[in-house]
Amino acid sequence: MTITLARDKDAPTDAERRLASPLAIRGLTVSYGQKPAVFSVDMTVRAGHMTAIIGPNGAGKSTLLKAALGILKPLAGTVTVLGQPMAWQRDHIAYVPQRASVDWDFPTRVIDVVLMGMYGQLGLLGRVRAKHRAQAMDCLERVGMTDFATRQIGQLSGGQQQRVFLARALAQGADLYLLDEPFAGVDAATEQAIINVLKGLRDAGKTVVAVHHDLSTVRDYFDDVFLINTQAVAEGPVATTFTQTNLQTAYGGRLAGAQMDALADTLIGTGTGAAAR
Amino acid sequence: MTGSEFVPLSLVPMLIGICVAVACALPGNFLLLRRQALIGDAISHVVLPGIVVAFLVTGLVASVPMLLGAAGAALVAVAAIEAIRRLGKIEPGAAMGVVFTTMFAGGVLLLEMSDTSSVHLDVEHALYGNLESLIWLDATGWSSLWDPQALAYLPVELPRMVGALVVVALFIAVFWRPLKISTFDEGFARTMGLRTGPLGLALVVVAAVAAVAAFDAVGSIIVIAMFICPPAAARLMTNRLETQIAWSVLFATLAAVIGYVLAGYGPLWLGAQDSVSAAGMIATVSGVLVAGAALVGPARK
Repeated sequence: MTITLARDKDAPTDAERRLASPLAIRGLTVSYGQKPAVFSVDMTVRAGHMTAIIGPNGAGKSTLLKAALGILKPLAGTVTVLGQPMAWQRDHIAYVPQRASVDWDFPTRVIDVVLMGMYGQLGLLGRVRAKHRAQAMDCLERVGMTDFATRQIGQLSGGQQQRVFLARALAQGADLYLLDEPFAGVDAATEQAIINVLKGLRDAGKTVVAVHHDLSTVRDYFDDVFLINTQAVAEGPVATTFTQTNLQTAYGGRLAGAQMDALADTLIGTGTGAAAR
Repeated sequence: MTGSEFVPLSLVPMLIGICVAVACALPGNFLLLRRQALIGDAISHVVLPGIVVAFLVTGLVASVPMLLGAAGAALVAVAAIEAIRRLGKIEPGAAMGVVFTTMFAGGVLLLEMSDTSSVHLDVEHALYGNLESLIWLDATGWSSLWDPQALAYLPVELPRMVGALVVVALFIAVFWRPLKISTFDEGFARTMGLRTGPLGLALVVVAAVAAVAAFDAVGSIIVIAMFICPPAAARLMTNRLETQIAWSVLFATLAAVIGYVLAGYGPLWLGAQDSVSAAGMIATVSGVLVAGAALVGPARK
């Protein structure tokens, strides 16, 4: 199912691309039980771009992200971050988990959650100083949550919780941002706020990779796509890779005709012309 | 009550009660938030067979073999719970329930079959402990606290429990950030390079240290109560983990002091003749504190 791209002579070799990439995955296989959730996946993320990981439910999108981050232990494969093993580069990686993955009744305030993003630099016993608090408040301001700094996190709406998670990732001060469905179950204003922050990061030279569900916004939000259905289906710039053929391959029969029609405007190769940017 | 009466009879049991309560309540905060509160229950029950086996092997009711036996049993229990959970695909609460009831019942049977009539080892002791009997007969008053001769005969349970409390408190203080973040968001903690598996196991081991050290003095009822009640009441008082810990220490101390006094004097005040079990009363008071917090705590939902 893997698409092999024809390579011209001047194109960089795989080793070169891997060294230069903020996130390069080779031969990654992850299994929860008998059946692999992710099978022999290669992925090379382009620096300074926004990449969407898309695919049907159960296609292994989150699993791929978690294995790349070292949360899950893969059966096989390697993950390199800027040419180094992931474990050496933790300081350069920020992570936004799925909002539903934590207990929001946990007794802590918004500002404390953002400060958790700095635990890496604070260490075990380093004191939280005024500059750390100021930094955390700055991150909250970037997501428009300054007024909620001392709220208990359980009192926030879903969109506000997602913004707090993004603020915590900003506090990590990373070069590579990995997000697991950052737009799931959030209001339109939050979605806009989040995408603005992410585009700001990209424009500042950071790399953003997000598991994404909403096919209708892929073209507006992202530069690159990575299609997965247990195995890698295709990867590359949205303009050339986000095609009807690739989507059909990734989703199989699961993408209904009606959905396909609705997407037609944003897809390549449908001849509507709306796809051109 | 004068010092000459209070110091020999009540000071030591009260201090032990406070140390037990706080040493169990501290890790209890994290166990509760991790939905593992039953771990404390499990550990304090499985201690019984460990102690009986230690007695059968050594023929002694001595501290060191009993502590080793209890610690061994706690490890066996933790391994068995993990094995049942993984192999049987049974939820953790049920796995704990299966393991600790089975091991406790096994301990009771062992105890019945072995000849322990000559020593102070029975099921009642396992449940209630013997807090009231930990008196300091060599003390004559407050001045005994500075008297090396009297201090030499201080009941050994007190320094042992103080030691356990120090271990627990140091662990929580040093690993505060890893514990907090891995309890709130385990995936995120792992991306920071925290080894959340070993950390979770260390928390259980520290809880076991508290439970095993406490068991001999106060029995399992109070240990179970202190793992759960003070943290549960504290959670209802605040929405900040730091403050919750402080409240849980306060509630644990209150339960120990009020419970001990009520057990000793409550029945007399009511016109009855004898005092009641201090361990039982301390556990009861801690339950009442939870009820109170549930009614008036500011962080109720």
